[in-house]
Amino acid sequence: MTDEATTTAAPLAIRAENIGKRFGQVQALRSINLSVARGEVLGLIGDNGAGKSTLIKILTGFHQPTSGQLYIDGQPVTLNSVQHARSLGIETVFQDLALINTLPVYLNLHLNKEPRFGPFLRKGLMRRNARRYLDDIGINIPSINAEVANLSGGQRQAIAVARSVYSDARILLLDEPLAAMGAKEGGIILDLISMLRSRGDLSIILIAHNYTQVLDVCDRVNLLQHGEITFDKKTSETSAEELLDMVANEYRVGGSKAGDRGRYLTEIRDAKG
Amino acid sequence: MTEKSVPAKDDASDGKTVPTQRRSAGTATDSSVAVPAPAAGRGWLSSWGSSVLRLRELSVVIVVIVLIVYFQFSNSAFSSSSNLSNIANFASAAAIVAAGEVFLLICGEIDLSAGMTFGLVPFVMMAANDDGVPMILSVIIALLVAAAIGAFNGLVSQLLRLPSFITTLGTLYLLHGVTLKVSHNFPRPAPQDGWLMHILGASKWSEFIWAVGLAVVMQVVLTMTPWGSQTIATGANMLGASEAGIKVRLVKIRAFVIASTFAGLAGILDGVHISHSFDPNAGGNDLMFEAVAACVIGGTALLGGSGTVIGGFFGAMLLAVLQDGFNIQGIDATTFIVIEGVAILIAMVLNTQLARLRRGAKEG
Repeated sequence: MTDEATTTAAPLAIRAENIGKRFGQVQALRSINLSVARGEVLGLIGDNGAGKSTLIKILTGFHQPTSGQLYIDGQPVTLNSVQHARSLGIETVFQDLALINTLPVYLNLHLNKEPRFGPFLRKGLMRRNARRYLDDIGINIPSINAEVANLSGGQRQAIAVARSVYSDARILLLDEPLAAMGAKEGGIILDLISMLRSRGDLSIILIAHNYTQVLDVCDRVNLLQHGEITFDKKTSETSAEELLDMVANEYRVGGSKAGDRGRYLTEIRDAKG
Repeated sequence: MTEKSVPAKDDASDGKTVPTQRRSAGTATDSSVAVPAPAAGRGWLSSWGSSVLRLRELSVVIVVIVLIVYFQFSNSAFSSSSNLSNIANFASAAAIVAAGEVFLLICGEIDLSAGMTFGLVPFVMMAANDDGVPMILSVIIALLVAAAIGAFNGLVSQLLRLPSFITTLGTLYLLHGVTLKVSHNFPRPAPQDGWLMHILGASKWSEFIWAVGLAVVMQVVLTMTPWGSQTIATGANMLGASEAGIKVRLVKIRAFVIASTFAGLAGILDGVHISHSFDPNAGGNDLMFEAVAACVIGGTALLGGSGTVIGGFFGAMLLAVLQDGFNIQGIDATTFIVIEGVAILIAMVLNTQLARLRRGAKEG
């Protein structure tokens, strides 16, 4: 069943083989072949509608693929639900945060996994844990007792990531964690991803729009176009220009309106260059 | 979410609180102290929200104390021990119903039928007793029926995805009708003898002790157990909570069961204690709205996600002090209702404004 040629000695943390997804008449994903090694950070880019969110929802167990096979640590798996995926160590941090604004940081970090003493929450232990988690991954929060509502977007996203990491995540899916975030805020998350990358035990798939940021923190980058991975290179072997060209070409080849879009992207590239 | 603000409005127009203009001014001053404090302390974002919450409870307590002092000066009969015990007992029913209702409001729901559960449950107890069931078992059966009413409210609103405002509006009429049927619309005397009835209201302070005890227990549940944090999480971010694996519907159904059970218990306690009889028209919407108003005045967010049981308790005290104080001063009933409505509106406005300030703070 498996394509033995691509399987190296250490099994890949997660591998998608010819994954397809059809919603009625719409073929959202054609044939996705994607893999992430243990400790690797994969950047996944692609224009709106390319199928990124469908792919993430399949990897996170929310949707089931209509064709193809997923492997986790080399074992074929069928993810029945988000809970099932989570039990296999796949944690997802969605753009719209799953944090509870009216609860303090330390409770959010332990949400629904609180250490207990009889019927009571072990708040002291949770505070100590929370302090240690955040120190470990270098997140600076004024107080672990602060309600999450009072934190900045970057801090909140960082707490959501920290929670997933400390839920024994082995594969972390980050769905546009940098969207709608300023440079300083985004920096918190990028630093966090770099830090997790340096630890080398967590595999991360980062979905992002900003190619420069992807190149900064990822080991490898995949481009998703029309439901297929059309580009797969190590970040050291590519550049923001090449990525932009790839995306822009898609529109140059297409019709007139798409052509405008292509020019637009070229202009952006020129402006950046 | 919206279903909560609706009863709040109803509640305001229905009128159940009562500050004088002077008093409501007092409330405003008090809370306006609470409001700028966080804004000024933006530097230390830490423990910010929780201190606002604490201030919010504190402000209700202060208003209650100020009111007591004021009424004492205007009429010395007010602070006689018999009158103070009147107030305490008068507030107890609403405080017990509020202790359950707070949990529902926090997880984004409401029980409009609580006042009718309050009326029905004592008759269930008496009916069981009439059939030869020992009183203690009758009490347990009655409370189980109350819990079943809550489970019904919860299941219907969660499984059929009806807003609880609608579901419990239906059960409100349904339960009232059943109470009138089983009682033939006649009150009946409440038993007063035996240790059980002494615990359940016949002793002088028993109802008040229940109110204090349940408020303390529920506050502990809310702030110190997973049950409480699940409730807050469900109300603040239902999707996020369920993504974290919290069974949000179960959390809500559980809250409905608590609210109904407390309402039923309050019905028994209040009948035994206050009127020495069970009246099919006891409690009702007045009591239910009073309890909801108490929650809101005490600082429970109308949009769910935060609240305090202790605040609800003092909210109920506040309403009772006002009513009693006005009675003693001989303010006429019509004026009284107008002031009541104004007071509730002011409390609601302060509450929602404060919630907005707190939410806005993170952008600042």
